[in-house]
Amino acid sequence: MNTFKLQDCQKTTIKNICASFKNDPGELINILHKTQGEFGYLPEDVQREVALNLNIPVAQVYGVVTFYSFFTMKPKGKHAISVCLGTACYVRGADKLVDELKEQLKIKVGEVTPDGKFSLDCLRCVGACGLAPVLLIGDKVYGRVDPEQITEILESYE
Amino acid sequence: MGKVKITIDNTPVEVESNLTVYQAAKQIGINIPVLCYMNLEHLNIENRPGGCRICVVEIEGRKNLAPSCSTLCAEGMVVHTNNRRVLNARKTVLELLLSDHPKDCLICPKSGQCDLQDLAVKMGIREIHAVENAEVSTYRKDISPALSRNMDKCVLCRRCETICNTVQTVGALSVVNRGFMSVVAPAFEEDLIDSPCTFCGQCVAVCPTGALTEVNHTPKIIRALSDPTKTVIVQTAPAVRAALGEEFGYPAGTLVTGKLVAALRKLGFAKVFDTDFAADLTIIEEGNELLNRLTKHLNGDTNVKLPILTSCCPAWVNFFEFYFPDMLDVPSTARSPQQMFGSIAKTYYAEMLGIKREDLIVVSVMPCLAKKYECQRDEFQVDGNPDVDFSISTRELAALIKTSNIDFNVLEDEDFDHPLGESTGAAVIFGATGGVIEAAVRTAYELYTGMKLQRIDFHELRGLEGIRMATVNFNGTQINIGIAHQLGNARKLLEGIRNGMYHFHAIEIMACPGGCIGGAGQPLHHGDSSVIKARFDAIYREDASKPLRKSHENPYIVKLYEEYLGNPLGEKAHHLLHTHYFDKKKIKAARKNKN
Amino acid sequence: MSNYKMHILVCGGTGCRASQSHEIVEVFKAELKAHNLENDAQVVTTGCFGFCEKGPIVKIIPDNTFYTQVTPSDCTEIVLEHILKGRKVNRLLYEDPKTQSHVEDSKHMDFYKKQLRIALRNCGFIDPENIHEYIARDGYAALGKVLSEMTASSAIDEIKKSGLRGRGGGGFPTGLKWEIASKFKSDQKYVVCNADEGDPGAFMDRSILEGDPHSVIEAMAICGYCIGATKGLVYIRAEYPLAITRLKIAIEQARNFGLLGNDIMGSGFSFDIELRYGAGAFVCGEETALIHSMEGKRGEPTVKPPYPAEKGYLGKPTNVNNVETFASIPVIILKGSEWFASIGTERSKGTKVFALAGKINNVGLIEVPMGITLREIIYEIGGGIKDGKKFKAVQTGGPSGGCLTEKHLDTPIDYDNLTAAGSMMGSGGMIVMDEDDCMVSVAKFYLDFSVEESCGKCSPCRIGNKRLHEMLEKITSGKGTVEDLDYLQNLSKVIKDTALCGLGQTSPNPVLSTLEHFYEEYLIHVKERRCPAGRCKELRLYSINPDLCTGCTACTKACPVGAIEGEKRQPHIIHEEKCIRCGACYAKCKFTAINVQ
Repeated sequence: MNTFKLQDCQKTTIKNICASFKNDPGELINILHKTQGEFGYLPEDVQREVALNLNIPVAQVYGVVTFYSFFTMKPKGKHAISVCLGTACYVRGADKLVDELKEQLKIKVGEVTPDGKFSLDCLRCVGACGLAPVLLIGDKVYGRVDPEQITEILESYE
Repeated sequence: MGKVKITIDNTPVEVESNLTVYQAAKQIGINIPVLCYMNLEHLNIENRPGGCRICVVEIEGRKNLAPSCSTLCAEGMVVHTNNRRVLNARKTVLELLLSDHPKDCLICPKSGQCDLQDLAVKMGIREIHAVENAEVSTYRKDISPALSRNMDKCVLCRRCETICNTVQTVGALSVVNRGFMSVVAPAFEEDLIDSPCTFCGQCVAVCPTGALTEVNHTPKIIRALSDPTKTVIVQTAPAVRAALGEEFGYPAGTLVTGKLVAALRKLGFAKVFDTDFAADLTIIEEGNELLNRLTKHLNGDTNVKLPILTSCCPAWVNFFEFYFPDMLDVPSTARSPQQMFGSIAKTYYAEMLGIKREDLIVVSVMPCLAKKYECQRDEFQVDGNPDVDFSISTRELAALIKTSNIDFNVLEDEDFDHPLGESTGAAVIFGATGGVIEAAVRTAYELYTGMKLQRIDFHELRGLEGIRMATVNFNGTQINIGIAHQLGNARKLLEGIRNGMYHFHAIEIMACPGGCIGGAGQPLHHGDSSVIKARFDAIYREDASKPLRKSHENPYIVKLYEEYLGNPLGEKAHHLLHTHYFDKKKIKAARKNKN
Repeated sequence: MSNYKMHILVCGGTGCRASQSHEIVEVFKAELKAHNLENDAQVVTTGCFGFCEKGPIVKIIPDNTFYTQVTPSDCTEIVLEHILKGRKVNRLLYEDPKTQSHVEDSKHMDFYKKQLRIALRNCGFIDPENIHEYIARDGYAALGKVLSEMTASSAIDEIKKSGLRGRGGGGFPTGLKWEIASKFKSDQKYVVCNADEGDPGAFMDRSILEGDPHSVIEAMAICGYCIGATKGLVYIRAEYPLAITRLKIAIEQARNFGLLGNDIMGSGFSFDIELRYGAGAFVCGEETALIHSMEGKRGEPTVKPPYPAEKGYLGKPTNVNNVETFASIPVIILKGSEWFASIGTERSKGTKVFALAGKINNVGLIEVPMGITLREIIYEIGGGIKDGKKFKAVQTGGPSGGCLTEKHLDTPIDYDNLTAAGSMMGSGGMIVMDEDDCMVSVAKFYLDFSVEESCGKCSPCRIGNKRLHEMLEKITSGKGTVEDLDYLQNLSKVIKDTALCGLGQTSPNPVLSTLEHFYEEYLIHVKERRCPAGRCKELRLYSINPDLCTGCTACTKACPVGAIEGEKRQPHIIHEEKCIRCGACYAKCKFTAINVQ
């Protein structure tokens, strides 16, 4: 589980992020946002380093990281696919998109393909209900997606 | 605070307005069942997350049921604690908790002592709806040297989290995950041994279910007792005698020293000794160390470290090794009584018997779970053979007595064996917060002033407040003393010393609330802190009844120095009775990196 | 805006941006330049117009021409025809589905006719990144009025008299909330804007922040003045990058204009705003959970009292309102409480924004006066049910709400009527369902959400919702019993009665309300093992129509369990007891010979 080892320069990065929030534990969530932005995810050693800088128990950091679905301890794929499962998308068949993606990528929700290219997640309402059902790949929004378009969409990321 | 008039179950009652509905109901004899709520009022410890929802009551005019543990009384409030709506809700909520709980009650270590089981009995649960497809949350098990975590049985009462963070400030545990998979765990669900855990075990002491328990070492003891090639001796700590009786139906605070000794003999221990003997020994070493540092300090030596901190509490030792690695040279180097006993038993006593240390098995009965860890520390082994082989808790001893079919209640009182069974009143009070320092003062005073102590009882050092400070007059020299129990209070004192706010000569610290009498190995208090208060009083009664009340007057201790050890703090004493401390943060990090 | 003869408003809301509206802006700019029209017409990126169904939207001012589903390649024609020659591009105009004729301008569109836009007043009109445009539409005049002409208590009175209630879910009277917070004495108080819109299917807060961020800033400052707070915090979803960017720009502009910061407009009153980011937890919409989250902790709710008005952020008195509530404040101050209170019903004043979505023709964001009926919303504004299907239900209030059915179509919509009907206003999600939607599955969908979003602190919500979900799973997979329905009901009521916070107390609503209104549908699931809507996969019955079957054996080969038998070129049959309802045969059959029931 603990395969990620921090380099000294990465420790400095974390130190600087924490310092920019005055090492205030009240800013933990903002700090984790910044840190995840930097590393892409929040592996164990990164959390330990944050705890060290803020002088709080690492259990507390871990408790916060595991509470919020935005924070992840797993790296995402190169192209992160998120299917909106808001109600509007659901009633317009977003669950079928998820099934199709699972089938084509051969991974479950929350997983990354073995080649690290795609990861699949669900999220709640991106506020583009007019385009339901919606899926995102990275920042790009695909609206009114039909399961049959999935192959084509995925191929465009070759 | 003013008074308010409320009605509970059709009974009008006038109560203080700062009372909760739960407390008000209790005043008129209505015990609303609770699960997560815990109020150890004598110790100022409260857990009130309002999460279990077992204690809900109906308050007229409110849409939803209200948690009585955290709803304040208000004028004119009309409360129903047992109408159909309330009872159905309570029962349904309990069923939900049981639906996410293993059903192995019969063989659970907590069976018969479990608050959840008690509730199920009380509410007459005979079936649990919706279980056939019910997912039961399950987690990684962890068995540390002292504590065992089986969080499948966690009901998320958060008592352990409150204890570990708010009370002890150890920070090993936090609620992790969200929703159905929420659970209290160390970071990354790592093993406790890798976490900042001090093994104080207070999480175990408050856990209402079998989620957190001690690691049971009684099978190892039974095996040793049945081995004819071994001589098995036992030592029992002062706090054990003030609490063991509770397991056999005696009221809290009953001293059962004589029966305890008799039961241990019946179990087959070759000799029944007293950790109190080693406590007297500790006082000689620690008292001399204090005098030594004090004298140097008064003579102007600026390198001397003051205050001296007591070091008999193993959870406290673990705590400062992890959180105060910069202050490792401040605590006394004296080993704890358990370890002094083991060391003397496996040298002095083994030699006396003419047997090899390997053939002597030393068992300790402790109010404590951290002692299990302490006796496994590398520093306390000689060529791989530990000074103390096994440590069991008061609860484990009670269970051993019961499973051995010994009728504890009819046992005739018996006395400890010699030479390691003789002790003074000073040793007895080791079991209560403030006791160690009082014992040390009794001896240090006479050693320092050369005068006989007129007043043996130092009431200014006694009590259950978390942090206490007192000044004792050593014939003109004022000795400032600090006392803390619970690690959170210890942290405050230490931080105060680190930043120069406090100036003490000596400090006593105990990790558990009330000291060892409130240890995590003691019979469960089930949220009633008057139990701890009663044990506290019993300890001082035992002290007062002893003919000898100052450690240095213990004739067997005097003999031990004359025959074997030489001088206090001398070379042999140093070798056998002192230790050193380690930076645990570094050690744990190094181990992580290796893995 | 006045220097130009014409304005081309391009929707820059998230929905339209997803359809390349930013490209449209670029093409328009290039075209205007190419035709030397730069001084005649201005391209403005606005917030959401609400009519997301037909995005991207382009609107031409002053004639209110409303172009729908515009592509970048349409821009040249719009510039050449409309801007240059004043001729509307007919093919891009909105086509009324009833009359099938093009509608000349937005004022004549059914979608807008019944709407009354207060909170959304500036969305789709102004460039949210330009404070001048906000000021031009009376922006910050309300703050000026409050600071120069009103005392804190008279301003609070005005809000109280307006009858404005919290738009985030609970519907607590806003003025009263401010008054309570104003009465606690403290060295520091906080104004918090809850922008952690978590209700799946509701996006009004996002649209307001993207389309009119200054209205929220202005209102927060007014609130600060009223309750005696100098600090404001916006707790915003990290998943809303555009809203965050626009809000940051707006805060910076307001500071530069002296509308935030020290001594605002020389009144001696100081107020500033910081952002705090949510991290994906629906429960953080609950005030106490939100506050804990802002403090860097797990977003777990705590027992109230104490209310945030007494002990909130960092233990100080804190007033929390949501985005839509704040956005209504400046107008109330300017136009007066009487005006606002004249709109709506007896106990629900003003307007409410709904996110209209699901099986409806005009998906979008609408703002309507309280008291409007569902029928007006669905059939007039919404343009009726998609594909001519039959209306079945509308779910309001998201996972905390319930379903309204045919019999509620003419009930005036307000807080109390919705609650009485077993639903709730919630944040204003309004999902329309048709005959193809299975109400048991819908309840399961919401429970799935509540299970995932439960914080886990209290047992009824942590375990109870899980059990509800399992029970619904059992029913939708054809294993339920009539007794299960009774237990479902009892468990739902107990969860409602005992859960710690608003999330848990309302999470069983979708179950209770579908049980109430669609009990028959549940019964059919458990008694006949059938899903009338055909949505429950495991309850589908597959059979082969012998008249259409050619005996090609494609289905036999596709069936993973060997449930299909038959001679070549003879009609095949499906053995029901072996069938696992996977649908593989259905997908393979080229002759539509397989029936699904």
